[in-house]
Amino acid sequence: MSAPTTVADAIVSVEDVHLRFGGVVSLAGVSLTQERGEILSVIGPNGAGKTSLFNCLTGVYHPQMGKIIFRPSPDDEVSIIGRKPHRVNQVGIARTFQTSRLFNALTAFENVKIGVESRQHTGPIGAMLHLPRTVREEKDSDARTVELLDFVGLRRRGDEIASGLPYGDQRRLEIARALGTGPKLLLLDEPAAGTNPSEKLALEQLIRRVNRELGVSVLLIEHDMRLVMSVADRVTVLNFGRVIASGTPGEVQRDPAVVEAYLGRVDTEEPGGEG
Amino acid sequence: MSRISLSSFRRSQNARRLAAWIIGALVLAVMTGPSGTTTTPTAGFTGSLLHPRVLGYLAFGVVMWALSTARVRSRDRVHSATRGVQELREKLLGDNRVRYGAYLILLVAAILVPTALNSFWQEVLVDQIGVFVLLAVGLNVVVGYAGLLDLGYIAFYAIGAYSAAYWTGALPVHPILHLNPFYVIPLAILAAVAAGVILGVPTLRLRGDYLAIVTLGFGEIISIVATNLSSVTGGAQGIIGIPHFSVHLSSFHYQWGLSNLPYYYLLLGFVVIVLVAFRSLENSRVGRALAAIREDEVAAEASGVGVLKYKVMAFAIGASTSGFAGLLFASKISFVAPGDFTVQLSILILVLVTFGGMGSLPGAVLGAAVLQWAPEYLRNHPILGFQQQDLYIYLGALLVVMMIFRPSGIWPSRRRRRELALAEEGVGTADAMSGSSDPAAGPG
Amino acid sequence: MCIIHPFWSLLVSGLSDGFLYALIALGYTLVYGVLQLINFAHSEVFMSGGFAGYFILNRTIGSHTPHGLDSIFMVVLGTVGGAVFGGLIAYVLERAAYRPLRRRNAPRIAFLISAIGASYFLYNLAGKEFGRDAVSIKAPFNLDGSAFRLFGAEVQTYQVVVAVAAIVMLVGLDRMVAVTRLGKGIRAVAQDADTASLMGVNIDRVISQTFVIGGLLGGAAGFLFGLNYGVVYSMGFTPGLKAFTAAVLGGIGNIRGAVVGGLVLGLVENFGSACIQTSWRDVIAFGILVAVLIIRPTGLLGERLGRSA
Repeated sequence: MSAPTTVADAIVSVEDVHLRFGGVVSLAGVSLTQERGEILSVIGPNGAGKTSLFNCLTGVYHPQMGKIIFRPSPDDEVSIIGRKPHRVNQVGIARTFQTSRLFNALTAFENVKIGVESRQHTGPIGAMLHLPRTVREEKDSDARTVELLDFVGLRRRGDEIASGLPYGDQRRLEIARALGTGPKLLLLDEPAAGTNPSEKLALEQLIRRVNRELGVSVLLIEHDMRLVMSVADRVTVLNFGRVIASGTPGEVQRDPAVVEAYLGRVDTEEPGGEG
Repeated sequence: MSRISLSSFRRSQNARRLAAWIIGALVLAVMTGPSGTTTTPTAGFTGSLLHPRVLGYLAFGVVMWALSTARVRSRDRVHSATRGVQELREKLLGDNRVRYGAYLILLVAAILVPTALNSFWQEVLVDQIGVFVLLAVGLNVVVGYAGLLDLGYIAFYAIGAYSAAYWTGALPVHPILHLNPFYVIPLAILAAVAAGVILGVPTLRLRGDYLAIVTLGFGEIISIVATNLSSVTGGAQGIIGIPHFSVHLSSFHYQWGLSNLPYYYLLLGFVVIVLVAFRSLENSRVGRALAAIREDEVAAEASGVGVLKYKVMAFAIGASTSGFAGLLFASKISFVAPGDFTVQLSILILVLVTFGGMGSLPGAVLGAAVLQWAPEYLRNHPILGFQQQDLYIYLGALLVVMMIFRPSGIWPSRRRRRELALAEEGVGTADAMSGSSDPAAGPG
Repeated sequence: MCIIHPFWSLLVSGLSDGFLYALIALGYTLVYGVLQLINFAHSEVFMSGGFAGYFILNRTIGSHTPHGLDSIFMVVLGTVGGAVFGGLIAYVLERAAYRPLRRRNAPRIAFLISAIGASYFLYNLAGKEFGRDAVSIKAPFNLDGSAFRLFGAEVQTYQVVVAVAAIVMLVGLDRMVAVTRLGKGIRAVAQDADTASLMGVNIDRVISQTFVIGGLLGGAAGFLFGLNYGVVYSMGFTPGLKAFTAAVLGGIGNIRGAVVGGLVLGLVENFGSACIQTSWRDVIAFGILVAVLIIRPTGLLGERLGRSA
C-alpha cells in the first residue's frame, strides 16, 4: 500500500531516503511525493521518523542514501540533500518547529521581519551608510511584515515581545515568520500541539488560507486526526521509518496497516483481510 | 510551612549571606593589602589579616550584610525604586529630542573638556581611554551583538600596528611604496578584516566555548610567530621609528607630533563615526540577523539567515576597529613589539565590554571609559590607592562579581536584559554558545 | 633525521611530559563532563598545587637531599600536599564562581566569563602574594640522577617518579569512576543532569566532588611539574592550555581520552621539537589545538559525555 504514486506536477519528491544515527535507524527507505498546491499530511505514531523526515527535507540532517528533489517551479529542479538549512530556505522551503522556536526577546514584528529580510540584500555597508537601496528595502520589508501579521491575525500584537504572546498566537507567529521567507513549500511540524480547540479551529482555517490564498503547498505533521482529516488533501503514514500507507484521508483511515500501527495488532480474524 | 521553619530557613540564608560577606571582606583585605615576595610569601597575608586594618574590612562586610538583609526584606520597595529609575531612563531616552540633545551635549563636552586638562590626563585620555573605547566598541560587536567569545581579539590590534610598521617601511621587509600612516588607515583596516575572515570561517562553526579556546590558541600562535620571526617582524625587541601621522593634501597640511590632543581629536572623530555606523547597524537587517542568531541559531538558519556568514561578518567588523586602534597607537608611540599583545589585554577588553554591558553601544563606551579612567584616578588615592600590578586582580574579581550579580552590565541594552531575564526563566539561551543544530526536540 | 638518533630519549621525555598533561587534562575533562564548562581557572589550581608542594617541602627538607625511604616519603608528602591544596582551591572556585551562576540559570557565556575572571584573579593574586620570580622546590631526591637506561637512552629518576605517581593516580581514578557511587554519580550527571537529580542524585554534591577530584589531580601535577621546572605564579597558563589541548585531542568528557590525549601530545611535542628551534616548541601544541578543534572537535576517542570509556 505504499507504492509511490506518479504525480503530475510534484513540488517535492523524496526517493528512498535512509537516515541512520550510529546504530539507530530513523528512516528506512522513505519515498513520497507531494503535488504542487496540495496539502499533504504525514502522520504516524511517536518515533516513526516524521520530524527526521522534516529535518532531511530542510537540510538539517544528511541522509546516508536517497534523493530529495524540490521543484520550486515546474521547470526548475533542485536537490536538497547536502544543502545547508538557510540555503534550503532560500530555494523555497520554510518550516515551523515542533516546539515553537521564536526569537523570544524580540517583538512579534521583528520576528516576522527577520524572515522577510532574509530575501533582501542589504549588507553591513549599506546598513551603516543608509544607502538608498537599504532605505527602500526597509520600507518594503516593513510593509510586507504588516501584511503577514495581518494575514495570521496578529496585526495588533506586533509590538509585543514574542515570548509574552499566548501559545496559540506564538504558533501563528511562527507561521507568519516562515511565510515571510516567501516559500513555495511550507513544512508545519505539529502546529496544533498544545493548543485548545478554538485555537485548533483557527489554525485549520489559517492553513487552508495559506494554501488557497497564497498558493503555498503545505506538508503537515500532525497527531490531531480531526485536523488532518479536515485539512489534508492526501495523507502519508509512517511507522518505524517506513511509509506504510498513502492516499486520501478516508482511504488511509480504513487501511488495516494503519490501524495496526496505531492500535497494535488485533488478534481476531479479519474478514477479507489483506493484512 | 510553619512559621518556625520559615524563619529558621531565613536565618540560615542570612547566616550564609553573612559568611559570604565576611569571606569577601577578608579577600578584599588581602587584595588591597601589602604584597608578599618570593622570600617572604606570607608577608602579604599576615600584613593584611593580622593587622588592625582587617577590623575595618570586617566591619565593612558586616555593614554590607546588614544592608543586603534589609534589602531582601524590603525587596519590593527596592525593586519598585529601581524600576522607577529604569522607566524614567527609558522614557527620557526614548524621546528622540532628549536623546539627540544629550548626544550633542556629550559631543561638545568631548571636544572642549580635554583642552582644559593637563598633559598627563590628556595622555591618559588618548592612550588609556580613547584607544580602549575603540577596542571595546569593536569587541562589543563580536561578543555583544553576535554572542561570540573571542579571546584573541588583541591579535587584530597587533595586525593594525604591524601594518603601520610595514607600510611605513619600518619593518625589515619593505613594501612596494612607503606610505604615511594616515594613508595606511584603509590598508590596516583591510588587513584586520581579512584576518577576521580567515580566522572566522573555519572557527565560527564551533561551539562557543571551543571558539573561545581556539581564538586564544590563535592569539598565542600569532604572538609566538611575531616574537620569533625576527626577519619579518623585528622579533621580540620590536620595531621603532614608525612615523607619526601627517596629511598633505593640496591646501591642507597637518603633522601629528608628540602632542596628545591632535591624536585625541583623530580618535574622537573615528569613535563618533564608528558609533553612528554601529548604531545604524544594530537597527538594520544585519543587526536583527545577529539578534536572531543570538536568540536561536537553528530557527535563524531555518528562516534564511546564513548563520556562518553573519558571524564572520561580526568578527570582521569587530576586527576593523581594533586594526585602526592598533595603527593609531603604533604611530603615536612610534613603536610596536609583540610583548604588547598579550592575552591579558584581550581579557582586559572583555572586562570593559562586560562591565559596560554586552551588546550595548553606550555601555561599551561607558564601561571602557570608567574602567580605564578609575585606576588612573585612584592610583595615588590615600584610601583607595593601589599598585599598578594589582589592577588585574580587581578586574578578575570584577568579572566574577558582574556575572553573578549584574550580568547585563552597568548600562545594558534593553534587549539584552530581556534576553538574560528570559534565559534565567529557562526560555532561550541568551547567547550563541550552543552552536549545535539539533532541532529534533521530541519524537518523530 | 632529527628524531632517529635520540628516539628513545624523546620517547621517554614524551611520556613523562605526557603523564603530566594527562593529570591536568583530567581536571578539564571531568568538569566539562558534568558542567559542559571549560574551567579556565584549572591552570591556577595546577599552580596552587605547585606552591603547596613548595611550601611543604621547603619547610620539611633540611639541608641535605634525602634518599631512600626518606625520598619516597617526601615525594608522597609533596604530591599529597599539592593535591590537597589543589582540591581545596578547586572546591572554593566551584562554590564562589560557578555555583551562584547555576542557581540563577545563567547562560553559558556567563560561566565562561566567570571562569576567565576567576583565573585572572587567582593568577594575579598569586603574583602579588608570592612575588613574580620563580622559585625551586627543595629536591626530595637527586633530580639529575638517572634511574636506568632504556636502549641507550637515559631515564631520569624524575621521569620515573612522575610516571609512577601518575599511573597510581590514573588507575585510582579509573577504578573510582567505574566502581564507587560517586563515580556512578559523575557519569549520571554527565549524561543527563536533570534525570540524575530526579533519580535522587545530589547534583550539587556530585559537581563539587568532581571539581575536587580534578583539583587533586591538577594540584599533584603542579607539584610534580614544579619539582623540575620550578614554581612561579604564571606557571599555569601554558601547561593549562596544552593540557586542555590534550583533553580535546582525546575527546572532551572522556576520561581515558584525556589520558590518551595527554600522552599523544607529550610525544608529539617532544618529537616535533627535536627538529625545530626550541622557541617554536609551544607552537606545536597550539597548532594541534587549533587543528583538532577545526578538523575533528570530537577528538580521537570521541566526545563521551557520561561515559568514562
